[in-house]
Amino acid sequence: MSEKPNNEKADNSRIITRLVFLVVGMFGFGFALVPLYDVFCDVTGLNGKTGEQVKSVETFRIDEQRSIKVEFLANLNEDMPWEFKPLQNSVTIHPGQPVKIDYLVRNMTAKDIIGQAIPSVSPGLAAKYLQKTECFCFTEQVLKAGEEKIMPVIFVVDPSLSADIHEMTLSYTFFVKPGTEGADRGVKVSSVSKALAN
Amino acid sequence: MRAAIRVAGFISMMLSSSLALAEYKLDLEPGVTTFSQGAYEIHTMVMWICVAIGVVVFGAMTYAIIKHRKSKGHEAASFHDNTTLEIVWTIVPFIILGFMAVPATKVLLNMEDTSNSDMSVKITGYQWKWHYDYLGEDVSFFSNITTPDSLSLATSANVKQDETTLLDVDNRMVIPVNKKVRLLFTSNDVIHAWWVNDFGVKKDTIPGYINESWIKTDKPGVYRGQCAELCGTNHGFMPIVVEVKSEEDYLDWLAGKKAAAAEAAASAEKTWTKDELMAQGEKVYATNCGACHQASGQGIPNVFPGLVGSPIIMGDVAKHIDVIVNGVSGTAMQAFGGQLNDADIAAVVTYERNAWGNDTGDVIQPSDIKAAR
Amino acid sequence: MSAVIEEHHEEHHDHKPTGIGRWLFSTNHKDIGTMYLCFSFLMLFIGGAMALVIRAELFQPGLQFVEPEFFNQMTTLHGLIMVFGVIMPAFVGLANWMVPMMIGAPDMALPRMNNWSFWLLPGAFGILIASLVMSIMGMGSAPNFGWTFYAPLSTKYGPASTDFFIFSVHMMGISSIMGAINIIATIMNLRAPGMTYMKMPIFVWTWFITAYLLIAVMPVLAGAVTMMLTDRNFGTSFFDAAGGGDPVMFQHIFWFFGHPEVYIMILPAFGVISQIIPTFARKKIFGYSSMVYATSSIAFLSFIVWAHHMFTTGMPVTAELFFMYATMLIAVPTGVKVFNWVSTMWKGSMTFETPMLFAVAFIIMFTIGGFTGLMLAIAPADFQYHDTYFVVAHFHYVLVNGALYSIFAAVYFWLPKWTGNMYDEKLGKLHFWVSTISVNLLFFPMHFVGLAGMPRRIPDYNMQFAEFNQWATVGAFIFGFSQLILLYNIVKTVRGRRTVKATDQVWEGADGLEWTLPSPAPFHSFTTPPTVK
Repeated sequence: MSEKPNNEKADNSRIITRLVFLVVGMFGFGFALVPLYDVFCDVTGLNGKTGEQVKSVETFRIDEQRSIKVEFLANLNEDMPWEFKPLQNSVTIHPGQPVKIDYLVRNMTAKDIIGQAIPSVSPGLAAKYLQKTECFCFTEQVLKAGEEKIMPVIFVVDPSLSADIHEMTLSYTFFVKPGTEGADRGVKVSSVSKALAN
Repeated sequence: MRAAIRVAGFISMMLSSSLALAEYKLDLEPGVTTFSQGAYEIHTMVMWICVAIGVVVFGAMTYAIIKHRKSKGHEAASFHDNTTLEIVWTIVPFIILGFMAVPATKVLLNMEDTSNSDMSVKITGYQWKWHYDYLGEDVSFFSNITTPDSLSLATSANVKQDETTLLDVDNRMVIPVNKKVRLLFTSNDVIHAWWVNDFGVKKDTIPGYINESWIKTDKPGVYRGQCAELCGTNHGFMPIVVEVKSEEDYLDWLAGKKAAAAEAAASAEKTWTKDELMAQGEKVYATNCGACHQASGQGIPNVFPGLVGSPIIMGDVAKHIDVIVNGVSGTAMQAFGGQLNDADIAAVVTYERNAWGNDTGDVIQPSDIKAAR
Repeated sequence: MSAVIEEHHEEHHDHKPTGIGRWLFSTNHKDIGTMYLCFSFLMLFIGGAMALVIRAELFQPGLQFVEPEFFNQMTTLHGLIMVFGVIMPAFVGLANWMVPMMIGAPDMALPRMNNWSFWLLPGAFGILIASLVMSIMGMGSAPNFGWTFYAPLSTKYGPASTDFFIFSVHMMGISSIMGAINIIATIMNLRAPGMTYMKMPIFVWTWFITAYLLIAVMPVLAGAVTMMLTDRNFGTSFFDAAGGGDPVMFQHIFWFFGHPEVYIMILPAFGVISQIIPTFARKKIFGYSSMVYATSSIAFLSFIVWAHHMFTTGMPVTAELFFMYATMLIAVPTGVKVFNWVSTMWKGSMTFETPMLFAVAFIIMFTIGGFTGLMLAIAPADFQYHDTYFVVAHFHYVLVNGALYSIFAAVYFWLPKWTGNMYDEKLGKLHFWVSTISVNLLFFPMHFVGLAGMPRRIPDYNMQFAEFNQWATVGAFIFGFSQLILLYNIVKTVRGRRTVKATDQVWEGADGLEWTLPSPAPFHSFTTPPTVK
């Protein structure tokens, strides 16, 4: 065993080198799954992730023959001490017709809080056909203590949406922006109790 | 060989025991929706195909085990491949799988068709309860387990065991018969899964995202289920109860819920007596707090703090309200601000400050909570 | 051949180190193999004790022994220890012992790395078990989010010990990867002259493919826990919707690792069974090349079926159909294997020593697990089965009645070669029958409670599930304690008093290079490579 022929050692190191490359490659692949997953979501509508902001919604021909009911949901993740609701529960629209709806949001605490809204559309396949020109979800929202805001969303449903879909739901969930004050419960408790003590 | 007989014994037991153990379910139930019936049919078909394949394969093996043993003087043959045979047993399973795949695909496509619903209910998973929101009706409520004593070792023995133990809630979800009810799922914290077997619906609730499914049934009744995704300590204690009612009864129920909500709003404005607060507080405490802090207020050592003589409760009211409204970082203490109304918080704060010998004498009014929020 | 063997006899006494250093600094494949097997056996008792805590709590409705929080820690650690601490190290131990002997090599190709990959394991599991000890002492919870550690339960909501858990998984991953590299290098470089790939024993083949699976997916698991680590501590949002991440993506990445992982735990079992059945049927394995192709196709398919674990997360229907069909396809190569084993037995001249009993029981019970696997693949039915005891029954049938049974079979099969002594056949048979009856009493009723609607990972249940849970608990305690028979039998065989000396061939029908070595096998296997015709 000690007198291993040299070519065998060379073979070993070649195999090790290749396998280590494979290991590093697969570790990288694990991370590459993150952007790949986004592509996958775009294609399949997984989780109903909506697309980025679009420039204009005027380009579609309005399809008067079809009507689609769009429902609006508002959710708050557990850390978020805001009041949040759509001002209308649903609208019935023709595909291609731009619509503006409003959400109401109110900071119920005595502290400024930065929130981020996460949109989600169901059924997932409809997500990429719902195109938004204006949405409070594109940027984070800062609400001063006790502040109340009306936040608009302007969107259009692409008329090429599958004819099988007659209803869709647009949902927003407000989270405290990660890493800001209030995101961590500990920070929040101390700040709110400080506010209460004052 | 005896192993094979034992397996056969189990299978025959599975078939015959429905008589012996009538009260115990052994198999899926067909349920009351097209989903659950579709799932049941495909389940039954695939199971029997598997049993048939098993009988053939294990039968051949059992035969070999009995006949082709050395102790019987059997000499080993020398064959070790047979291309025709190998091709046959690669292709035949393909065909069998095809027979399974076609009906499975049909059932699945039906399930995913959520269009043309009559009403929508948003279902939100919380640690550890469900919230139902009837969209467009302004009716929404939490649904908690009715036996909070079940949640801890110290009190579990107090729970009476019956058919609905762990499967009963204070506020049932109610839906009308013969209506297509669209269900929208999301979560407040971690991933839960809403599952009622009789409907064949099991969907994950995912924080930040929505999922959907639907129910339509022509059979009124009470249907029970449980959370089906590990969601933390009390995962086993967030049951689901859905009551399917006739259209009129459903509308009555809905009207009742609205009236109750209006009453609760009004009660937040009035000034309560201490006795009223204590009575209401005891109820609120049992539903929302007792699971961890225990009905006795003693908590569980090293896990959930006791409230008897607790510095937070005996100390500053503002701090006490803050803990209930906003929760405590890094602990299981949730923020109840979004879950309870001002009257309930006032009642539970008053209760905690005066129960179990915590006789602070403080009386907290709903208006105090409103001011503190 | 005999000349080779005699040479060994003269040499092997000189090299053998003694004392604790022999084990601590060992670079010998047999010693390291022994350490892997002993470690895995120890972990089997620790993980098994946790299983008994779970079963004791589930004996009747209501809480009797542990708090729900502790129950969750038990299910989590039981799963992690059994998967990463028992099944995987046991197979690596078998590979260490047997692969060099089967291919006519002196040792593993990379002996020092071999040492390191073993000694990482006690560290990794020490950390994990320490978190449980701390939990019992009231110093914060041990990991409590299930062995699948779904985000955000394990990230934002995980206990402080989660970071230790992550470190521990990293160490296990590095250990497995190094072990896999070693096995591949050994198989590629150290085969005896004339041993072409298609002449390798099936056990070597299955491990060769398993090693590639390990190298492909363990880094993905490492990536997943690294993302968890940065999400928890460094402000990233891979799995947090608030920062643009997605908790469902965690499940995709986890199961991209997790499904091949399932085959990592069963392919070597196929290899073991494919060595044992021909030996005791005194007949060559039926369809050698189709066995190799079937193993390769199972390995390939394992990469494209992961999302069948996630049907209820709300995938688009096209994705559900794809993953359903792909999963069903796995039944075909798996079926081929079962048919081949039965054909190998057919018209053989069979005897039923303990290894053969375990192997036959493996085929039957693994096939039952395969059937329930096929049922679970059917998406619409899976909505009813998902996360119920039906799933628990399924994966215990393939992992306990399957993988663990193959390890038992392998230990009885090769123990005479390792120690030079025959084990006690009576005790072996007693172990087999007690285990087999109790293990079915343990897991078969779980199918019923699962179908009746009992979710998994719950500490308490409605009384309608009580009867079958009681059966399962009784079965669990008998099965658990019957493993002491195995322990006693092994100790007795190793000590070698009142045992029969094993011959070199050990079994009448044994065929292969490992049986040409003396029993016990010399410290260094083949210093001069044998020639394979």
